[in-house]
Amino acid sequence: MATQVLMPALSPTMEEGTLAKWLVKEGDVVKSGQIIAEIETDKATMEFESADDGIVGKLLVAEGTAGVKVNTPIATLVEEGESADAAPAAAAAAAPVTAAPATVAAVAAAPAPVAAQGWPHSDLPEGVATKTMTVREALREAMAEEMRANPNVFLMGEEVGEYQGAYKISQGLLDEFGPKRVVDTPITEHGFTGIAVGASWGGLQPIVEFMTFNFAMQAIDHIINSAAKTLYMSGGQMGSPIVFRGANGAAARVGAQHSQDYAAWYAAIPGLKVAMPYSAADAKGLLKSAIRDPNPVIFLENEILYGRSFEVPVQDDFTIPFGKASILRAGSDVTVVSFGIGLTYALQAAEELAKDGISAEVINLRTLRPIDYDTILASVMKTNRCVTVEEGFPVGSIGNHLSATIMQRAFDHLDAPVINCTGKDVPMPYAANLEKLALTTTAEVVAAVKSVCYR
Amino acid sequence: MAAKKPAERPNVSKDELLKYYRDMLLIRRFEEKAGQLYGMGLIGGFCHLYIGQEAVVVGLEAAAKEGDKRITSYRDHGHMLACGMDSRGVMAELTGRIGGYSKGKGGSMHMFSKERHFYGGHGIVGAQVPLGAGLAFADKYLGNDNVTFAYFGDGAANQGQVYETYNMAELWNLPVVFVIENNQYAMGTSVKRSTKSPSLWERGAAYGIKGEAVDGMDVLAVKAAGEKAVAACRAGEGPYILEMMTYRYRGHSMSDPAKYRTREEVEKMRSEKDAIEHVRDLLLTGGLATDDDLKAIDKEIKATVNDAAEFSKESPEPSVDELWTDIYA
Repeated sequence: MATQVLMPALSPTMEEGTLAKWLVKEGDVVKSGQIIAEIETDKATMEFESADDGIVGKLLVAEGTAGVKVNTPIATLVEEGESADAAPAAAAAAAPVTAAPATVAAVAAAPAPVAAQGWPHSDLPEGVATKTMTVREALREAMAEEMRANPNVFLMGEEVGEYQGAYKISQGLLDEFGPKRVVDTPITEHGFTGIAVGASWGGLQPIVEFMTFNFAMQAIDHIINSAAKTLYMSGGQMGSPIVFRGANGAAARVGAQHSQDYAAWYAAIPGLKVAMPYSAADAKGLLKSAIRDPNPVIFLENEILYGRSFEVPVQDDFTIPFGKASILRAGSDVTVVSFGIGLTYALQAAEELAKDGISAEVINLRTLRPIDYDTILASVMKTNRCVTVEEGFPVGSIGNHLSATIMQRAFDHLDAPVINCTGKDVPMPYAANLEKLALTTTAEVVAAVKSVCYR
Repeated sequence: MAAKKPAERPNVSKDELLKYYRDMLLIRRFEEKAGQLYGMGLIGGFCHLYIGQEAVVVGLEAAAKEGDKRITSYRDHGHMLACGMDSRGVMAELTGRIGGYSKGKGGSMHMFSKERHFYGGHGIVGAQVPLGAGLAFADKYLGNDNVTFAYFGDGAANQGQVYETYNMAELWNLPVVFVIENNQYAMGTSVKRSTKSPSLWERGAAYGIKGEAVDGMDVLAVKAAGEKAVAACRAGEGPYILEMMTYRYRGHSMSDPAKYRTREEVEKMRSEKDAIEHVRDLLLTGGLATDDDLKAIDKEIKATVNDAAEFSKESPEPSVDELWTDIYA
């Protein structure tokens, strides 16, 4: 009986990929474990193995095809003596027959992010020339441009060089800048972070890539005690011009130890600056500013956003200053303040609320230290209502801090209490349904807005 | 390691010996004065005195050149004085005054001098080890021949980050001398009670790092070992470990009752191994100085320390505006 070979999910966040090359042709006998195709994800080109013995019946997707969705049938396997055309009818019920581990993950479909292309909301000035690029490409361009401009900027971290980046952010940088400036480290966050901070005192401007910020907990003593406090402790003699960057927050289905948003932790520390980009333009403009900053900067990226495309201005030396929020969508009934991937929910909610006649103003904070209080307060004084949105834990969240600030500085303007939409007060569960519940959702944001609007 | 026997005539000039005598004596008298000021309530918080260990920093500074860097733990007053920082500025930092190296905002454990290439003064045990390797990383990257001295104690030698750093320092051939000041006690825990390793420097062998144990009470032995280590680093042969066998006479900090060792043990070290007495002996028995010469130096040092103490009392506290400065560059 013919079985279907399905497009596999090759990473926790992959939704589609390019079928780069078939290594078999119709009629070939294949063995379980034999490499039958090369599949290109947004991170890497991966070899794809057959999970069964059989004969290649039909190749359903031509090589070179881009945008093949996970779980799309890409070939059929038939048994000896069976016609190549044998209908894969039975396969409809047996989708997971190609039981490569990656496929199992694909069946339990990851939460689908919003379509990448053509995201309608933009805070770019009208008329500015732009090009479409992913957040990943924008981060790489920012680093490459700053490394070209300043020979004392270098990148260090795990797999940043020869592997081309665990999330492919540093792809191509080793080729351009060489191993002196793109430094692969052993898996020793505590040690290499200390070395990087020392190097920042010695006249260099390091960019430290944490594969994810979860691993930075091993290095947090150097980030806070060594990098953030030394300018003060030295009476202004010695600062740390250094960027700590990497994926932060929940990715998809990676469980409690790999899914935590550290925004509120780092934003609590005087001496640090903290940026959390949402769009590719944010990513590029803020990272360039971060690398030039004479202070230690925590740069919180998001794995799910890496592959999303946005418009980025085409101009020499495009930067975005720290401490300047942007209004992604203007509105008059309620202020929705968010940052990073939280804006995905905020913007979706604003879209839905508009259908109910509620006009939401959506603010992208961009940086959490410094925070652009003026933009938030001006908006709240106009709308008289506020909802905050983030994926981090609820206790001591950024939303809590904003609520207190708004209460102290705009109390008389409020028509309703501020509501904080946050991740739940639980370690991140693995099960797909529970994971969705543990994060904040668009529905929660919609409900919160309706509540503060007394609707 | 016997020091009191009549010294063989070492190959060292009179001027050098006098300088070591003077530098070590400055540290000792400075620390004694700091202890007094602490007792008077003029110095607050933690205050870790270096008395007994003077030969380590003075010997290693004799092996350094301009541009070399140093970084250490919270027991840092001796290192600062030895690398040429001003005793007034150090003492005024201890009293928390504007005239201190960090304008009174760092304190005993957190002092820096970019000008003298002194990178702290670190209160977290072991943190200075990767930080020091990072300073060496920068020098190698920038292509100069500077060397960094990263000092840490026998207690810090059990920190994981030390071994992460050994691994990368050797992997990347960094010009850093790891100086283990083994004063036998990590606060109140003796080396014997914290590890079964027979020696601390030998742990570097696991990473391919050369090293040796040194009589840290003998300034000439320290200098000779320092020169060897520094030469290896400047020649591009990567890091080097020096384990200085030394002893602190005072408690871990001012609030340490020192119940973990006997008075006899301390007295024995003081009478048989004292680093300053050793050089004094060499000067006198070698006919390089008279008792009067040394008395004149003692007097001069005392005046310097008294001046520093006076300055540290007279320098005003930082203005309240200083609360909000130096947070961001």
